[in-house]
Amino acid sequence: MASPAIVLPEHCSEEKLSGIWSWITTVDHKRIGVMYGVSALSFFILGGVEALAIRTQLAMPNQSIVGAHFYNSLVTMHATTMIFLMVMPLSAAFFNYMVPLMIGARDVAFPRLNAFSFWTFLFGGLFINSSFFFGEAPAAGWFGYANLTSIQYSPGPGVDFWALGLQTLGVASLAAGFNFIATILNMRAPGMSLMRMPVFVWMTLVVQFLVILSFPMITVALILLTFDRMFGTNFYVPEAGGDPLLWQHLFWLFGHPEVYILILPAMGIVSEVLPVFARKPLFGAPFVIFSGILIGFVGFGVWSHHMFTTGLGPVADTAFSLATMLIAIPTGVKIFNWLATIWGGSIRFTTAMLFALGFISMFTIGGLSGVMHASPPIDLHHQDSYFVVAHFHYVLYGGAILGLFSGIYYWFPKITGKLMDERWGKVHFWTSLIGLNVTFFPMHFLGMQGMPRRVYTYEGGFGWEIWNLCATVGAFLLALSALIFFINLLKSLANGEQSGNDPWDGATLEWTLTSPPPVHNFDLMPKVTSERPFWDQKYGSTHGHDDTTEVAEEEQLPAEIHIHMPPASYWPMVVSFGVITFFGGLMIHPVVSVIGALTVIVGTVAWTFEPE
Amino acid sequence: MSSDHSAVSVHEHPPASFGVPNLKLAFWLFLASDCMLFGSLIATYLSYRGKDQLFGNGPYPLDLFSVEVTTISTFDLLMSSVTMVLAVAAIQRGNMFQTRLWLGLTALLGAIFVGFQGYEFTHFYLEGLKLQGNLFGSTFYVLTGFHGTHVTLGVVWLLLVLATTFTKHKSMVTHLNVEVAGLYWHFVDIVWIVIFTLVYLMEYTV
Repeated sequence: MASPAIVLPEHCSEEKLSGIWSWITTVDHKRIGVMYGVSALSFFILGGVEALAIRTQLAMPNQSIVGAHFYNSLVTMHATTMIFLMVMPLSAAFFNYMVPLMIGARDVAFPRLNAFSFWTFLFGGLFINSSFFFGEAPAAGWFGYANLTSIQYSPGPGVDFWALGLQTLGVASLAAGFNFIATILNMRAPGMSLMRMPVFVWMTLVVQFLVILSFPMITVALILLTFDRMFGTNFYVPEAGGDPLLWQHLFWLFGHPEVYILILPAMGIVSEVLPVFARKPLFGAPFVIFSGILIGFVGFGVWSHHMFTTGLGPVADTAFSLATMLIAIPTGVKIFNWLATIWGGSIRFTTAMLFALGFISMFTIGGLSGVMHASPPIDLHHQDSYFVVAHFHYVLYGGAILGLFSGIYYWFPKITGKLMDERWGKVHFWTSLIGLNVTFFPMHFLGMQGMPRRVYTYEGGFGWEIWNLCATVGAFLLALSALIFFINLLKSLANGEQSGNDPWDGATLEWTLTSPPPVHNFDLMPKVTSERPFWDQKYGSTHGHDDTTEVAEEEQLPAEIHIHMPPASYWPMVVSFGVITFFGGLMIHPVVSVIGALTVIVGTVAWTFEPE
Repeated sequence: MSSDHSAVSVHEHPPASFGVPNLKLAFWLFLASDCMLFGSLIATYLSYRGKDQLFGNGPYPLDLFSVEVTTISTFDLLMSSVTMVLAVAAIQRGNMFQTRLWLGLTALLGAIFVGFQGYEFTHFYLEGLKLQGNLFGSTFYVLTGFHGTHVTLGVVWLLLVLATTFTKHKSMVTHLNVEVAGLYWHFVDIVWIVIFTLVYLMEYTV
């Protein structure tokens, strides 16, 4: 039967979709996804260079390669960059590119709001980093504890850059959160019930709920901080009765859900990669999904385990300790489900698969040391030591970043139409795996030997020298692995092997499309009869009872299909610019903020009246 | 404002969905998020409540509050929710005149509330309650100020919807768009009931 001709609007023509202006004004979720990815990987380099500077400084005792204050800036900016400008936006790159494709949608629910999220994120990230050129980079830690952040103890502009920049990033994340929940709940292809959604889409949904419910709390924490610093209020001023612990509560009420915002996307990616390369459906998929939901829920009730040493009392300590240990259960369920998925499968050890397996093993190590912190008496010893640094690098590098790399190798062919070089990919994997263990495993020992975090140097003779040197060597190995990755990425982009549409024998809808997918995604609304629609199509339905009647449907197709596509718009970028001008203006002059606010209002009105 | 068209399938099958329009769904989510914002602000207010007395750092709430004035402004805001409901009902019936009337009245009542707040802030300030002075000043001005900002934005929004009914973009004033503005308006109203109870009325309990 003949496929109908697809007629796209004039603004989707070839020449309209090239050149820099087409990227600035784009509202296409795929292009926005690519821009998120490129930005995140650029910030990855920046955060990595900061990490190398930190490790170089700590390689040997009593060094003074960077000064104490600049070291504090490096630590703060390394964490801020890696969390907010690398892991979150790289996850957002996959949300943007993949979620509409995986649920069979034309685009996200609000394409222009999506562009707004991206530009606001980018401006926010550049704003925080511009502090390096304007006097002082933030140096009070990524957790920004009061009252270290007060004017008295942080007189420079660094904390203002940090607070206002994070506020801007929060706006971007919140807008994306509303957008993606609406997209996932409302725009699924016919037949894709919630329980047939790919696990990656599920984890995206959980993450977005975490975002919209946790970010307002750091918004308030940062508003109070900004008021304290700029207008002389007393929220965190002990002399006036203010309580610095208020900051810690508000910050960790956000901060702990944030941990799951960072890890759940990687868990979703791994849940897509393992079944494809083990050629088996995900074992107990509903359990993986409900575990993810449970992690999201309980994640809101564990924040005070970051505050055991502040003396909350035995009742609070017990409650938060129990809740924290509880989270280990759904996490363990997921790990066993992943293991059961590959058990007995016909495994292909591609780079994506290796990274997914690396994720499981490294995340388990980080998870185990995490459960140790759940016990208050043990936590009292771990708090502020390198043991904690070892723990969260295992979950963030060994977990989140390995998972995201797995996603890059897995979906690169879909996005570019080319395969990444597998040989270099494997070199990248092994250098990453060895590098991260050489870097972060010795930090467990350092912590046990009593080395505190966030010190810019240390004396010799405590037995710390060898492990510090070891960690530094590992860090450079990680830098080498990143270099290999970037070379592989660029080389594969330039002259990688053609991948075809479905190089991995994928199970989900994105693989039914060409690589790269057409601007309008699907010619016909796909119909979904199970959680593995493309496998069903290729190998017959695994659910005998709900066979589709596709032939009958296609007979009724018209000869031509006119597709409505949202036109390009520059207003999202204008409004983003207004947002950053508003926040940045608070540091310069009220008039600048007023101009920013007016830009937001004018831009929003113009946006509203724009033809769709 | 609505971008639902991109959701429309290329042929007749409706996508699996919750049956709530995208715009409305996204707005409910925004309100959930805003609940956490006001929740944090209110929690901050409550956790610092009464602390100034320990430090002997006045003025205290009962030195300033006039429950009569605030009751009137609260009544005014509650009535604006009634007119908002009538505006939604009017657009549903397609009665443009009544839609304009009730939208305008809602905006007016909202503006009056903001006026009351302006009066209250000025009065308190002159009585010695400074943003920088004590914890009550800091928490009170920031909490009620954020609420006032929400009301002000709501008034601007309602006026924009109203203005649109007089332009060639009239077709944009749909039932959905008015209803979503209404959701926001009622939310801001409910938040005020919580603030009025916890910040004002609670001071009068024994």
